[in-house]
Amino acid sequence: MAGIVALLAAVVLTAVVAWLLKTRNGRFAEQPPRADRSGLTADDIGTELGERATLVQFSSAFCSPCRATRVLLTDIAAKVDGVVAVDIDAEEHLDMVRRFGIMRTPTVLVLDADGAISTRASGLPRREQVLAALGQAVGGPR
Amino acid sequence: MSQPAHVDPRGLRVVAGITAVVLALVLITPRPLSVALLAVQVAVFAISALVSLQASPYAVLFAKVVRPRIGPPAELEDARPPRFAQVVGLGFTAAALIAFLAGATTVGYVATAFALVAALLNASVGLCLGCEFYLALRRFTPARA
Repeated sequence: MAGIVALLAAVVLTAVVAWLLKTRNGRFAEQPPRADRSGLTADDIGTELGERATLVQFSSAFCSPCRATRVLLTDIAAKVDGVVAVDIDAEEHLDMVRRFGIMRTPTVLVLDADGAISTRASGLPRREQVLAALGQAVGGPR
Repeated sequence: MSQPAHVDPRGLRVVAGITAVVLALVLITPRPLSVALLAVQVAVFAISALVSLQASPYAVLFAKVVRPRIGPPAELEDARPPRFAQVVGLGFTAAALIAFLAGATTVGYVATAFALVAALLNASVGLCLGCEFYLALRRFTPARA
């Protein structure tokens, strides 16, 4: 009896988690409440900031969607003027991981021209989601 | 890591599916059989985690029976994330097995159910739960030099 309950609970939990991750993946949103909002500098990311915007991806070795995310961001940076894409190994920069409250890989921070975090997303984003987030970082004052 | 190994992502899904079926059977079969099945699953996880993903009996089954029928994969995947997930699976099922043998049946069911959730997520939507939260765990450990 307990086993059947456990089986049903596992199936329900699976459906809930799958749905949650599906809706959350790649959705650009505000900073989590505990995160540092001060933004990033060229020192943090190890290269110059993009003229108009910078896409900062946090990756780890144990992450299947990181590669696809990196390919997408690199492609966007190559096609959009003034945008730079940077890939950061989260495990080697745990200080930044804690500072910005990063819980999953890949997490993408979108920085405006000054390095301030405009928005962020976790999981593999779609191209339109990244482009919309870039539009927000480049365009509207915050 | 010099030359990261690569695996067929479809094989991983099939392996996760078989794992999910075995773990579901562990939950619903009567006592001596369920513990035996769980012991088998622990051994399978141990082979994938400690030897290689391709050495797992489920992966061998996929390579012999399924792949010849569906052809070569369009792309390969880095073996490190799924390998790590097998280590997590080994941890949960080994804990469940110890709990069942020690008489802590509820703990055994809960640990098995968690392993089942991870296997079902992997089989159904290709999501590697252990990998997703790997970083969340790493945040609480000191940074490497």
